[in-house]
Amino acid sequence: MRATAAALAVCIFFLAASIALAQSRESGKPPAGAAPKYDPAIYEELQKAPEKARKRPNPLENDPDAVAAGAILFEQHCAECHGDSAEGTRKAPSLRVFEVQTATPGALFWLLTNGVVRKKMPVWSKLPEPQRWQLVRYIKSLGGPSRAAESPAPRF
Amino acid sequence: MTPSRWLLLFGISFLALLSAVSSEPVMAQENPYFVAYDHYLEEPGNLEIEYFSTYGTQRGGNDFHSFWTEFEYGATGWWTAELYLEGQTTFDDSTIFTGFRWENRFRPLKREHFINPVFYVEYENKNGADKIMKEGEGHDVESDFLVSNAEARRERIHEIELKLILSSTFKGWNFTENTLAAKSLSNSPWEFGYALAASRPLALKASAKRCSVCPQNFVAGAEMYGGLGDRHSFGLHDTSHYLAPLLAWNIPSGWTLRISPGFGLNDNSHRFLLRWGVSREINGFGSMVGRLFGGHK
Repeated sequence: MRATAAALAVCIFFLAASIALAQSRESGKPPAGAAPKYDPAIYEELQKAPEKARKRPNPLENDPDAVAAGAILFEQHCAECHGDSAEGTRKAPSLRVFEVQTATPGALFWLLTNGVVRKKMPVWSKLPEPQRWQLVRYIKSLGGPSRAAESPAPRF
Repeated sequence: MTPSRWLLLFGISFLALLSAVSSEPVMAQENPYFVAYDHYLEEPGNLEIEYFSTYGTQRGGNDFHSFWTEFEYGATGWWTAELYLEGQTTFDDSTIFTGFRWENRFRPLKREHFINPVFYVEYENKNGADKIMKEGEGHDVESDFLVSNAEARRERIHEIELKLILSSTFKGWNFTENTLAAKSLSNSPWEFGYALAASRPLALKASAKRCSVCPQNFVAGAEMYGGLGDRHSFGLHDTSHYLAPLLAWNIPSGWTLRISPGFGLNDNSHRFLLRWGVSREINGFGSMVGRLFGGHK
């Protein structure tokens, strides 16, 4: 029994360590709820979308329900990190910025599908393709600030 | 109360407490698998608490109900850690705590590919009365479960289990293949096993209206798993195999319910297994713990 308790304690220690690791990587960022500082480097991943992926049109571009469905999906899966209005939090950047709003639907779809695993953006291919396109429709419907207000140069 | 019952009570209390304090549940998009794994890891900083049960029939002995609780935490985007606490009731015998497992899954590739590998490493500290049947391995057969709990619990098992998970998602379907190699840390040979599974949501497009009982919230599928013998006698002889249809319901409030009737495919297998489970994902658990210790408010 003593050996079991010791081994269990070791496992709980590792679970706590993994939580601490995740927490330490979040420190140094602004508090939750505060407006995140604009950093164009965060959006560089969008530029890595291959040309073929970038040119893919949204098959739900003319679907009248796509934005409403995308809004519900956003609330269920994305708002916890990107904020209720996609304004960004300390966990994840704003989606209302010029870089996102001027990205092609195909580039946004590619990013959703592949995630940015090393920077905590999960892979969302577990959502079926039509749902990812519905999310893209919703994100593109948000609009945002003009490029002159905060973005250095168009990249997409 | 015995230490094992205290541990179970602790697990259940922890589950209830976390559910109560979690003000921001997040809708999980879970596959319905009980045995197989796909390549999707837990979202970083989120904790998923899962309770599972298996009711099994036993020829020549008493039927059983095994149960386990999983605490699954997304440490990073490429690493998920998980702690299991497990026990079982054998009817007309007793209820006992059978042990725990410490599991880690690592995603080596940054991007999504047609086949996505995940490495799985697990340490198990359990006794011989373990009946959760979370995997098929070696020459595990139905008659192994005929030993009484009092006798079986005297056997202490320390085991390392490795898996290679290969998973693909195509046109809404998830296909996954798991290959297993397990080694008891005592002097016994490597044992092998497999799990194959496929699943698909009942609808691929999301509804434009809020709803709980929408087809896109249900995921149906099937899994097949079993043992492949050991290093000295690799193959299908004296092994057990199961086929199980699956259904999961991802409720927007953050809960996921799963059910699966399983059927033994040969004479070495239990004839029938009924599995069910409930899980809840807690958003930002890591941050919540961090704030308890003086992190960001």
